[in-house]
Amino acid sequence: MKFRSSRKDQAVPRLELRMAGLSVLIAVVLTIIAGRLYYLQVVQHQSLAELADRNRIRLRRLPALRGLVFDRHHRPLVDTVPSFDAVVVPEDTEDLSDTIERLEKLLGGSNIAVRLQQAEDDERPAYEPITVEEHLNWNQVVALETHQLELPGVSLQVTPRRHYLYGEMAAHLLGYVGEVTRNDLRHLVGYENGDQIGKFGLERGWENFLRGGAGGQEIEVDAVGRRLRLLREIPEQPGDGVVLTIDFDVQQAAEQALGPQSGALIAIDPNTGYIIAMASHPAFDPNIFTGGISPANWRRLMTDPSHPLENRVIQGIYAPGSTFKIVDSIAGLQDHTLTPSTTYNCPGGMWYGNREYRCWRKQGHGTLSLHRAIVESCDVYFYQVGERLGVDRIAEWAHALGLGYKTGIDLANEKTGIIPSSEWKRKRYGERWYPAETLSVAIGQGYVSVTPIQMAQVAAEVANGGIRYKPQFVKEVIAPDGSPVQSYPPVVERRLPLNPVDLDFIRDAMCDVVNGPGGTAHKAALPNIVVCGKTGTAQVVAEKQGVRIDEKNMSAAERDNGWFIAFAPKDHPRIAVAAIIEHGGHGGSAAAPGVRDVLEKFFALYPAGLPTTPSAAPAHPQIQADASDQRED
Amino acid sequence: MAAIDRRLVLHFDWTLFGLSLCLAAIGVVSVLSATYQGPHHALDPLVIHQLTWIAIGMLFMVGAVFFDYRVLGAYAYPLYAVTLGLLAAVAVAGHSTGGSRRWINLGVIHLEPSELAKLALVLVLVRYLREEPPKGGWRLQHMIVPGLLMAVPVGLVLKQPDLGTALTMVLITATLLFVGGLNWRTLTVLAMAAVLAAPVAWHYMKPYQRERLVSFLDPHSDPLGSGYHIIQSEIAIGSGGELGKGFLKGTQARLNFLPEQTTDFIFAVFAEEFGFAGSMLLMGLYVLVIARGVWVARHARDRFGALLAGGITAMVFWQVAINMGMATGMLPVVGIPLPLVSYGGSSLIAMMAAMGVLISINTRRYLF
Repeated sequence: MKFRSSRKDQAVPRLELRMAGLSVLIAVVLTIIAGRLYYLQVVQHQSLAELADRNRIRLRRLPALRGLVFDRHHRPLVDTVPSFDAVVVPEDTEDLSDTIERLEKLLGGSNIAVRLQQAEDDERPAYEPITVEEHLNWNQVVALETHQLELPGVSLQVTPRRHYLYGEMAAHLLGYVGEVTRNDLRHLVGYENGDQIGKFGLERGWENFLRGGAGGQEIEVDAVGRRLRLLREIPEQPGDGVVLTIDFDVQQAAEQALGPQSGALIAIDPNTGYIIAMASHPAFDPNIFTGGISPANWRRLMTDPSHPLENRVIQGIYAPGSTFKIVDSIAGLQDHTLTPSTTYNCPGGMWYGNREYRCWRKQGHGTLSLHRAIVESCDVYFYQVGERLGVDRIAEWAHALGLGYKTGIDLANEKTGIIPSSEWKRKRYGERWYPAETLSVAIGQGYVSVTPIQMAQVAAEVANGGIRYKPQFVKEVIAPDGSPVQSYPPVVERRLPLNPVDLDFIRDAMCDVVNGPGGTAHKAALPNIVVCGKTGTAQVVAEKQGVRIDEKNMSAAERDNGWFIAFAPKDHPRIAVAAIIEHGGHGGSAAAPGVRDVLEKFFALYPAGLPTTPSAAPAHPQIQADASDQRED
Repeated sequence: MAAIDRRLVLHFDWTLFGLSLCLAAIGVVSVLSATYQGPHHALDPLVIHQLTWIAIGMLFMVGAVFFDYRVLGAYAYPLYAVTLGLLAAVAVAGHSTGGSRRWINLGVIHLEPSELAKLALVLVLVRYLREEPPKGGWRLQHMIVPGLLMAVPVGLVLKQPDLGTALTMVLITATLLFVGGLNWRTLTVLAMAAVLAAPVAWHYMKPYQRERLVSFLDPHSDPLGSGYHIIQSEIAIGSGGELGKGFLKGTQARLNFLPEQTTDFIFAVFAEEFGFAGSMLLMGLYVLVIARGVWVARHARDRFGALLAGGITAMVFWQVAINMGMATGMLPVVGIPLPLVSYGGSSLIAMMAAMGVLISINTRRYLF
């Protein structure tokens, strides 16, 4: 078979032709490359340029220095200290798991991987540093610095941390800060992952002043994440400072007065409504919340049966006990169902309906008028005052004095307590009011419950002639340079048209509670200042109404709550106090001594009264030199 | 070499000489950019080195012009043997960087024999192919000798391992065989054999080379690993835009996001700072060099000169194509210098000497 080759196969290949063929190949290849360059540099330029910038520019948020908190004399209570934290940018690491391993060995931590994973779960934006270990000690800082080059993507960050100088002191008032949650981020403007936000107390209420404005830095970094230079910076705006009406020394006295006991103490300036001290025990150390509370600490706080997170001053609701007799007295005197000369006989108990309502004093008080009834806190006397008034009149006057309502203090979750009335019972239980229940109400038992701050207000109203101020604890907000931003003048909520003669009578009686013969609160007496007060001993366990159990037979949890409300001095009062000691027993022995210490401290510091802001406060006369003469026992 | 022939000066190829210097100048500019640390830092020694290599390279280039290229035919095999020896020496006592041995430490300089080997391979192949091919062209049985001539250096280079140079050598050989008059049918058979050999080649590849091939097919499969170089190079080139970021203003290179920025990825450094305009200028220079090379080949006085010019041109072309294809993400990352631009004494001097030979061929067509 003959095979005919093509002519091309037969000819000697000509070099020029082959060179021409090669030229075509070269032209095609170079055209493709040119086309690719056009695609990258012209078509794709925008997106690739963005990638180049993302490569080299890191945006770093500069958290603002949170504003400081001062007491009324500008003594700092809360400040901000630098904390050294280790942060990781996973995108900048070469081998993440290797970096984690080295870091854990270096810092001695073990949950670095967990925290990285957590941040990824929280949809961390790319290149945002993740804090893996806070509050590094000096050795850890040095270790990290010296191994910086072996750990690309890891760096040291200095973060300002909230620091509560006195730990538990005024913890409930100051509150605490924590990392903003993902939920918060959805509806809050201007916050970012990792920001601190006030969660509780003053920190929460004054968040907008304290937080300041975050700044930012554009930083150029190289391929291993090293900072090269600052491209642009928007400086942060430090937060405003808050000056409290709290006096540091008086606050400390209040904390000491409560000591290890559960309870609350609040001191108010009756002429302004400014809170001088406010303590709730048991307390917590707000520092443990800073930078994220550990799960163990959180569990401990949440499961503690003594509820350390509760601010008992505004959230603790207690039966007012005999302190409520002040409310009865005002109601009766104003309603003219009671006069100073009204007398009742106390044989140690009283039969009403088909059972006996007992007086705390088994042997009875005999025949007595209003003055001695208050001084000696006769229950039988006030059963009859209450019976004459009826529950609805009592409720009306209690409401007028501010009980049963929130005081309006700028703290979250204030409780109202309960001031019962026939309508209240119908609504609540669908039952009519039994007159016998009024007797319990009259001595501050039964359905009645109040908060310590409400009782402090009642004391203040008696002291100042019936003016109800909004309780405030912030005097002013000041800019970082000290210039005023906002001030908080006293706010009058209501002026009760109380008869001054009646009030003088009640004040006299309250004076004798502390200073007079048979008074229940002699332990609150001060040598140079005439202190006026009223004790209260409120039952905790649900006892049969009117039946008093012997204190000695009670377990600690069943013991009565001890109340003491007071103001001083008697003329032109400058401070009003309410205190409760849970399960402390009798108010005169449990609460009165603590209040005395607070008053003593206050008058040692302010012999002429508080230098109040230029407000409605009347000029105070000097303390009477012969004040002690008024003591009668 | 006796007295300088007046005609050598008269017909000196200033075009090729000028183009070579332009490319070398771009190289210096790019090396300067890639090593720039800021106005307060001293000039990087690499720039000085590069200038030194260029000076030495120019001596070789000019020297080659006064050297009758036809004599090279006689020296082809000895030169080839010497480079094979050097390649073997690298395998035994080579200086390793980045996991592969490519250099011999000669005290003053680190010699990279694979750069010389490419030139020697061209020379020895041209020497073999300088006879007129039979009717129908070279057939399979004629391919045994050139095949072996190629296989030995390619094998030694693969051993280093240097996939880029090996690939260049194969492509140069293929080009020379085609230009030299390979039978069409043989060409087809060889091409098919090459395709079938691919799996075998895969089998003998180092793991890092395979990784590079895989990441080339999908660079985003491992953006922080092997694909990183490709992605960063594309970002550098693309972020340059139409006119570039400006001299010394490229961030990708200066902040070390680019790998091998003075050698394999020097093009990305240049393209980032001078944009599409700069890329086209550089490509234009190469197009002119290659076109001139093709012109020289077609106008050479003898078949040896024509093939030699063709071989050198092919060497320039393939290196440009592979290097730019790699930098723009069209080819896998195989380390190969950009002719006359990349930092490196061996490649620069070898390439300038090759340009000298090209000039010599062009100049001498008037001499005989």
